[in-house]
Amino acid sequence: MLSYTEKIREIAGRLLASGAVDMVIGFRQGTIPMMNEPHFAKTPAEAAKLMWDSHCGINLANYLTDRKERIGIVAKGCDSRNIVTHIIENKIKREQLVVIGVPCRGMVDKRKIAMKCPGEITEVIENETGLTAKGNGFSQAFEKKDVLQHNCSLCIHRNPVIHDEMVAPPVEEQKDVDRYADVRAVEAMNPEQRWKYFEDLLSPCVRCHACRNACPLCYCPTCFVDESRPQWVGKGQDASDVRTFHFLRAYHCAGRCTDCGACERACPVGINMRVFTKKLEKDCLDLFGWEAGLSPEVRPPLDVYRPNDPNDFIK
Amino acid sequence: MKTIKIEKSQWASGLEKASKAFRLIGPVKEKEFHSFKPLTNGAQPDLTCLNTRLSPKSLVYPQSEVMFNYSLDEGREDHHQMKEAAKDYSPKAVIGIRPCDAKAFALVRMNFDTPDYQDPYWLRAYESTTWVGLGCTSPCSSCFCTSAGCGPYHEEGLDVLLADAGDHYLAKILTEKGATFIDAAGWKAAAPKDADKALAAMRAAAEAKITSFVQTDRLKALPNNDLYSASFWEDVSFACINCGTCTYSCPTCWCFDIQDETRGTSGVRMKNWDSCMYPLFTLHGTGHNPRGTKLHRVRQRFMHKLKYFVDKYDKGIQCVGCGRCVRLCPVNIDIRRVCNMMNGFAASGEACAIE
Repeated sequence: MLSYTEKIREIAGRLLASGAVDMVIGFRQGTIPMMNEPHFAKTPAEAAKLMWDSHCGINLANYLTDRKERIGIVAKGCDSRNIVTHIIENKIKREQLVVIGVPCRGMVDKRKIAMKCPGEITEVIENETGLTAKGNGFSQAFEKKDVLQHNCSLCIHRNPVIHDEMVAPPVEEQKDVDRYADVRAVEAMNPEQRWKYFEDLLSPCVRCHACRNACPLCYCPTCFVDESRPQWVGKGQDASDVRTFHFLRAYHCAGRCTDCGACERACPVGINMRVFTKKLEKDCLDLFGWEAGLSPEVRPPLDVYRPNDPNDFIK
Repeated sequence: MKTIKIEKSQWASGLEKASKAFRLIGPVKEKEFHSFKPLTNGAQPDLTCLNTRLSPKSLVYPQSEVMFNYSLDEGREDHHQMKEAAKDYSPKAVIGIRPCDAKAFALVRMNFDTPDYQDPYWLRAYESTTWVGLGCTSPCSSCFCTSAGCGPYHEEGLDVLLADAGDHYLAKILTEKGATFIDAAGWKAAAPKDADKALAAMRAAAEAKITSFVQTDRLKALPNNDLYSASFWEDVSFACINCGTCTYSCPTCWCFDIQDETRGTSGVRMKNWDSCMYPLFTLHGTGHNPRGTKLHRVRQRFMHKLKYFVDKYDKGIQCVGCGRCVRLCPVNIDIRRVCNMMNGFAASGEACAIE
């Protein structure tokens, strides 16, 4: 996966030099371990800053919303599915884009690595199979599969679903993955247990809205939680307002979420709010056989009516 | 003021005694990170904590604070009158606050305590608190306090500074409030004769461990408009998702919003943290928004902390170098990089090199 960097630079440089695109969106090296920064290159020289490793978890489709330029965009499997969703929802046009596909073996969860290290991590070195975290007095090796982001460990769409260029041949998709064990565990709870579980889950929330803002699906000009005329949700830290935000945000993602994990990754206080969107993802799969963002040609189940709808209530 | 010695064997019993006169608050680890919590039922502050995930500003300035209660029930004589909400301003002591966070309160005070205006909620809460700080022996690699007007043993804003000396703490008592707290805890052992030397050595050792710096020397002299119009803001702001992580985790961000919330016939007027990253922060009643794009908003955050504040108060930058925003930003926007770009800006109008 590390060899991707050179290929990304080569493709981006070529696209910019030929004038095929106005900008290329990718990642540049971060300033602290296990973090990279979304970056745009407008010249071949700037393309030399693009890079790739296992810390490129931010979903770059988020940076396409309503842009007017011709854009080259580096896209792993989940980014590509959100690009498809953006195209379906008219947030970008397919013909504006050159998708630089990245076959992905998953992004690592820096919290998992941090929790397994005895001190502050000052350097992380990656090779083809794993990572070594170093700090004052320790050096600890990890196999990548043990420290993947949870969503990446469950991912069955690692290869981009649309692409104009590919930085490498497709990777093998994961098979026999039990994607919804966590959702079933919550479903099995009685209402009191479930309420308690949600209460604990959301108790650290500071409503910074990083989960919402990291999500490519959340592009409303004014979010319902921010709207003040009328005001739908209180602005304080009342638990009912915090829950209203999280529950409704999840519902707005129904049939659209690709479980890219950007929300959980962005959260400064470590909340796994994916448990909400995954429930809706599972429902969409169970009820409609639907997975979001696989094809620009198919309308999502929640914005289409079919005469052969399996449910009676709608007929 | 003097320095005393607190044997670690006397630490818990001293806190127990002090808890009769003070509500004690300290860093406690829950799940994967630390936060400041009331130390009830003998709970101990975890002084191994490098620093809390979020800043302790909420101890004085809660994220959501009721100022007034009111009733809309016209059957009541006091209907439609704002009544001050009951608050507990009894003495509390915050144990184990880091010097950067204590200094941050001093910066925020410049805003909330001026000759013209005083924020009574902030001031009463601040004044009722005794700040017992703990010098940093292991600063994080993303800490840059020494170049942000602060340091691992900085004393500004503290009432007592503790230094971990192995089997004991050296406690430098800095104010009357600090002395009152130490008395309440019953610690009175005299410090060894060379305590000041030992403290100075610990301070120097800790300062030497800081490896990250910002340059701020040119900020004040740079023309505002040139910096405002610099070409690097597009590069700086591109990755920003306009969440509130940086401002909410920052010990020196002070902006708030006032809201009335009514339920039935009773309601509250409350102040809530607000963030210059949010589009609604500056949205006018007319619908016009003077900071309508994220470039405007990102620029505002950095210009406020690193330029307008510097110009207005001439007391350095509005940042203590705690590094939280660096560590927590979901997209790795790094104030150190931005500060150095601003400081290195070429006033000729030529863009400085984008690092």
